[in-house]
Amino acid sequence: MRRVLVTSAPFDSGAELARLAVPGAGGTGSFIGTVRETGAQGAPLAALHLEHYPHVTEAAMNHLADEAWARFGLLGVTIIHRVGRLTPGTPIVLAAAAAAHRGPALEAVRFLADQLKTAIPLWKAEEHQDGRKDWLVPTADDEAAARHWLRATSG
Amino acid sequence: MRVLYFAWLRETVGLAEETLAPLPAPATPRALVEVLRARSPGHAQAFADLTRLRCAVDEQLCPLDAPLGEAREVAFFPPFTGG
Repeated sequence: MRRVLVTSAPFDSGAELARLAVPGAGGTGSFIGTVRETGAQGAPLAALHLEHYPHVTEAAMNHLADEAWARFGLLGVTIIHRVGRLTPGTPIVLAAAAAAHRGPALEAVRFLADQLKTAIPLWKAEEHQDGRKDWLVPTADDEAAARHWLRATSG
Repeated sequence: MRVLYFAWLRETVGLAEETLAPLPAPATPRALVEVLRARSPGHAQAFADLTRLRCAVDEQLCPLDAPLGEAREVAFFPPFTGG
């Protein structure tokens, strides 16, 4: 089971996780990212805008799914990322992995969630209550989290 | 050659994409930036600081000094902020 999707439509997390119940999968891990009520500066948020590079974003997510599959010996992987205007409380992203045991399943989810922040052509803008829009810049923590996996590869 | 812009670059340029004549060889995305800067004040503002600029040539991420070759599509955008 290998599923990659960039969509403006909502997704059903329960149904997506049920798809990962493949034979031999003793563990399924998942991460769901949700739009927070407040922005990076702490002010209430009206919405988050997600922009993508059609085709290229899907290709990069497929590459990421393949990488996780090989690296963690997965039996199933799902990456779904929403695009467009999303209001607070809305799920933006689902990363889920099925493996024989919990270790690789959970590690793979961490890997996917970290890489989705910095390695996939997606851009977020915060829409404030007064209509102003601020494009986000990657945080040092996000970049460090993504680099951690590069070190894990070379070491 | 199609030139695409994403996120704040798209908003600052004021266009999602435009078509330009291919640059004389040997060209690079950095040379293309010089041509784009002269097109409008919006372009000049969008390309004022290249340190946070990323690009892709024919849908492959590459450095600003990569060869443009016979590229059909060049995209410019800020660092990714997904997840």
